[in-house]
Amino acid sequence: MLPLTDQPLATGLVWALALGCLFWTTRRFWRWLNLERQQQRSLVDLVNRELPQTQCGQCGFAGCRPYARAIAQGEAINKCPPGGEQTIARLSELLQELAEPLDPGHGQSQPPLVAVIREAECIGCTKCIQACPVDAILGGLKFMHTVIAAECTGCDLCVEPCPVDCIDLVPLRQTPRQWRTPAPVAQAGLSATATTSEQRAW
Amino acid sequence: MIRNLIQRISALRHASFKGGIRPAPHKQRTLVSRIMPMPLPEYLLLSLSGYKEEHLSPVVKEGDQVFKFQIIAQHHSRKELLLHAPTSGTIEQIGTNHIRLTCDGQDTEVSQQSQQKAKMHSPASLIDCIAKAGIIGLGGAGFSTAAKLRLAARAEVETLIINAAECEPYICCDEALLREKAQEVIRGAEYLMLASGARSCLIAIESDKTDAIAAVRKCLGDSPVQLKLLASKYPAGDERVIIKSTTGKEVPDQLRPADVGIVVQNAGTARAVFEAVTFGQPCISRVVTVAGSPLQTPKNFYALIGTPLSHLFELCGLADNAKHIILGGALMGRYAEEEQPSVKKTTNCIVATDSENFPQPMPERACIRCGYCAEACPVGLLPQQLLHFSRLQDQQELRDHGLMNCIECGACAYVCPSNIPLVQHYRCSKEDIHLLERNQAQSQHWQARYQHYQYRQKKLADANNRKKTRAKAADLAAAPDFSRASAKMEVAAAVARVKAKKQREND
Repeated sequence: MLPLTDQPLATGLVWALALGCLFWTTRRFWRWLNLERQQQRSLVDLVNRELPQTQCGQCGFAGCRPYARAIAQGEAINKCPPGGEQTIARLSELLQELAEPLDPGHGQSQPPLVAVIREAECIGCTKCIQACPVDAILGGLKFMHTVIAAECTGCDLCVEPCPVDCIDLVPLRQTPRQWRTPAPVAQAGLSATATTSEQRAW
Repeated sequence: MIRNLIQRISALRHASFKGGIRPAPHKQRTLVSRIMPMPLPEYLLLSLSGYKEEHLSPVVKEGDQVFKFQIIAQHHSRKELLLHAPTSGTIEQIGTNHIRLTCDGQDTEVSQQSQQKAKMHSPASLIDCIAKAGIIGLGGAGFSTAAKLRLAARAEVETLIINAAECEPYICCDEALLREKAQEVIRGAEYLMLASGARSCLIAIESDKTDAIAAVRKCLGDSPVQLKLLASKYPAGDERVIIKSTTGKEVPDQLRPADVGIVVQNAGTARAVFEAVTFGQPCISRVVTVAGSPLQTPKNFYALIGTPLSHLFELCGLADNAKHIILGGALMGRYAEEEQPSVKKTTNCIVATDSENFPQPMPERACIRCGYCAEACPVGLLPQQLLHFSRLQDQQELRDHGLMNCIECGACAYVCPSNIPLVQHYRCSKEDIHLLERNQAQSQHWQARYQHYQYRQKKLADANNRKKTRAKAADLAAAPDFSRASAKMEVAAAVARVKAKKQREND
């Protein structure tokens, strides 16, 4: 027993203090642990938001979120070909790391693609349906399959399992929505109709 | 009495806004003549786009005979987006973006039953009538008028503003319209007021358009419509600027004017509404200004929708030194890039340019931070800062500095002494921001689908596992009881069998 048994008040105080200290330390430790975990998780989320979410696995991880988790733990940021230079630039800004060029070992950056099934050749084996990470292929056993172009990420994962090689990846069709204003150059006319500076308003 | 006096004096003052520019108007030559009716061209090219981002699909086939006012194209889901045949003739060709209609010169109307006038003047029936006439905003933005009125009626707007402030150089179609058809515009404005449920209505005209103002004053009478004069500055006619200068309200960039209790309609739209309600006539023609110094006699025309621009230029006498064609005004318009440009519902002005009035731009120089652009900006932005951030592609800073409030009027580029194409920088940056937003939304969508896919895979795997374990348990249950004794007996029996077999072989 404690040496202060003859003084119940003091004993009580000492016990209370010791317990309090223990409680406080545990709590601090627990909070610190949680905070660390939370920071780690929010970092993963932030990184994940910058990745293109094609789920193609070209980085060597099983999807975008696993790669984001790996980046948060120090993996190189230049392994995402679908994201290309833009993703690398944004990630380097986010993580305060040096932006390196895309690692050619994981593929080249390409314009956005979409998978198209040559429907006359499809035998209806459903293998591509099982491989598609975003459920963008429609069809049934021994029935023709087709790709929902609006949902397709162009990830290439359906091409390999197809036993008759009837899936092509083609560049995305250009629509008027993708039209861009030409880059700024000092252009003739439009803003120079009556160019005498004394006509300024004020 | 003093208060009364103050009110009167403030009513005399023209509604204005901070900033803006005063470019040379170039309107007098065009306004010399009245609005001219146009002889029928040989063919019409009716555009299927130009309704914001929507695209119409034709409901007629090549070779069909169509009559005037017959519907020839409509939107697949939005019923108020319609295109009527402006005259009778044959559909010669249907392209991806246009219908070519060869006129037969008869101008035969479709039978009267299918044209519907508004029977009663209730808001719903008026909006219905406007929707059937296929009217869209004739000022240039091309937003469906019926949809706008429905929005306004739902938001219970207070004020209707009829926008007749044509601040851009060369454009004078609304001024000419008011000069000649003020009565019709005012009647149209009253219908619009009724349809939107607005309690007050202002016709906003720039103060230098004296003829139009006089005509409107003469026709107002005891109409609830009021006249509001604006200081003649560019861009007084922009929707947000006109709201700010006439009512003092500012519209945040995320909201529509209806959310602050205001609806703005163009004067040309008001006249189209008048025609639709009183005569049941769909929107098949509009007033178009054909202007520019290479023209011998610039004029305003009642042009059918789809009239090829070459036909209009022939009527005005185009000189050889014309360089480009600008659709819209000289400041906000764009060059006609189509092979055969034609009049759309949103085409208010066509300018033929020459190298004298539209010279090659001077080379761009560095920003000298003179601050003229900030003084000219009608929405109070800081164009130099925006230029700086848009060169750095810093989208967060661009947003924080209010790029999304920019109305792309081009006043900053007009006053810039270093010839910096500021508006083009802002347009590009805005598109970058929109593109990034779209990409992020799409990647979020893909992520959600992938998560659902993973969830389903896991569920399937779990179900399989459960099935397997259950089958194993069933197998075990079906098997006979295992005990050491019975096993020994089985082993003994097997040994005996083998022994017996060997014996037989030996024998």
